[in-house]
Amino acid sequence: MSKVAIDMPPKGGFSFDLCKRNDMLVKNGLKMPSFLKTGTTIVGLIFQDGVILGADTRATEGPIVADKNCEKIHYIAPNIYCCGAGTAADTEAVTDMISSQLTLHRYHTGRESRVVTALSLLKSHLFNYQGHVSAALVLGGVDITGPHLHTIYPHGSTDTLPYATMGSGSLAAMAIFESKYREGLTRDEGVELVAEAIRSGIFNDLGSGSNVDICVLTKGHKEYLRNHETPNPRTYVSEKGYSFSKKTEILLTKITPLVEKIEIIEGGDAMEE
Amino acid sequence: MDPSAGDMNNYNYNGGVVLAADSRTSTGMYVANRASDKITQLTDNILFPHLQAADSQLISDYVRYFLHQHTIQLGQPATVKVAANLVRLLAYNNKNMLQTGLIVGGWDKYEGGKIYGIPLGGTVLEQPFAIGGSGSSYLYGFFDQAWKGGMSQEEAEKLVVKAVSLAIARDGASGGVIRTVTINSEGVTRKFYPGDEHPLWHEELEAHDSLLDKLSTTSPEPMVS
Repeated sequence: MSKVAIDMPPKGGFSFDLCKRNDMLVKNGLKMPSFLKTGTTIVGLIFQDGVILGADTRATEGPIVADKNCEKIHYIAPNIYCCGAGTAADTEAVTDMISSQLTLHRYHTGRESRVVTALSLLKSHLFNYQGHVSAALVLGGVDITGPHLHTIYPHGSTDTLPYATMGSGSLAAMAIFESKYREGLTRDEGVELVAEAIRSGIFNDLGSGSNVDICVLTKGHKEYLRNHETPNPRTYVSEKGYSFSKKTEILLTKITPLVEKIEIIEGGDAMEE
Repeated sequence: MDPSAGDMNNYNYNGGVVLAADSRTSTGMYVANRASDKITQLTDNILFPHLQAADSQLISDYVRYFLHQHTIQLGQPATVKVAANLVRLLAYNNKNMLQTGLIVGGWDKYEGGKIYGIPLGGTVLEQPFAIGGSGSSYLYGFFDQAWKGGMSQEEAEKLVVKAVSLAIARDGASGGVIRTVTINSEGVTRKFYPGDEHPLWHEELEAHDSLLDKLSTTSPEPMVS
């Protein structure tokens, strides 16, 4: 039987045996532990000078809000950012991994990273894990070939679009984009449209909430607007203050300042030029 | 749920091939991309995906890579048969893991226009015309009576556009615009038919402008009691 020589992962690669075991346990009645998911509304759009990415900041663990102000816009390269929806650990891990691979690639080639490189790396990684890495991403950036915006699904398929939304709030955000998007938006119009789309997700989707994060990428320049809008401030703060219950005794208050410890290794190898 | 494709067809005429596809990718009941391009180019031989989008995108990436190497080694453009064979090897040897059927269509100087269908298990079938996708179920009868050999390029293009518009009319998973690609000795020509230029069928209404375009662009005033 002729085999095609493809650079597939070595035979000892990811073993799906544990997935089968998990399925068997669930069938026998064991409840799967819940994991931290970013319910999420993430969006991206291309405007006249580049790309604008937007995200909400709520991370949920089942019905509970685990983090009211998490960061969903991840750094991939100085000119490429990626919003992540799905399991928070998966989006963090996969974006960090591709980010470090791209740094090495930049040292190797001596050039600025291209968005399609990040896209291919993410796509092939997610496909190899057959959708078990639950990361749905909106990848955007500006490189030498121009502005690019892509969506990547957990199974590894991608779409290239002028405006895109992902996550549980994607329908609410897409409704805003479909009615108000046009080509050649200015920076302020684009930021306002993205903020409106995320707000639509925040207020109409239960899995999204809290604040709006925005990242504007243009040729040679990036602006990360963390908490650009905070439409859900904490309105009631008790005047009585929040005190510990009477049973809690403070035994000792001691502050230990941290001192930096530097070790000098004698006779170590000199750094090569 | 993850993206799956709608509908496409592929037609051999006298002197080349015409490929046509809709543009809808859906995840469950939501349209993930209403203007996708399902016809992927691998040199001058084109393939397009049906069923699971991720699997077909990966297969087309691998095949494009191998075909490029093959073209360099051969010193001339690859034949459609070779492209179809490469797709077949991937589809057959990985049949446990892949869930996609593909159609490879193109033109080369030895055999002219050729179409090869590679369904789920990994067989290769050389066909005068091929259809695939969820909307193709509605087109088997149509092609059985409408297909005839030796059509001209214009007749073939009109036929495929008619076929895709019929499928769009009846299949929920197909929609959007119709993209066609014509491949012959002169090269590759892409055409685009937006929604209002499709032929109309039974009970279909004429398209007209959305009211959104007529309203002013300022947001509505908030209600004040």
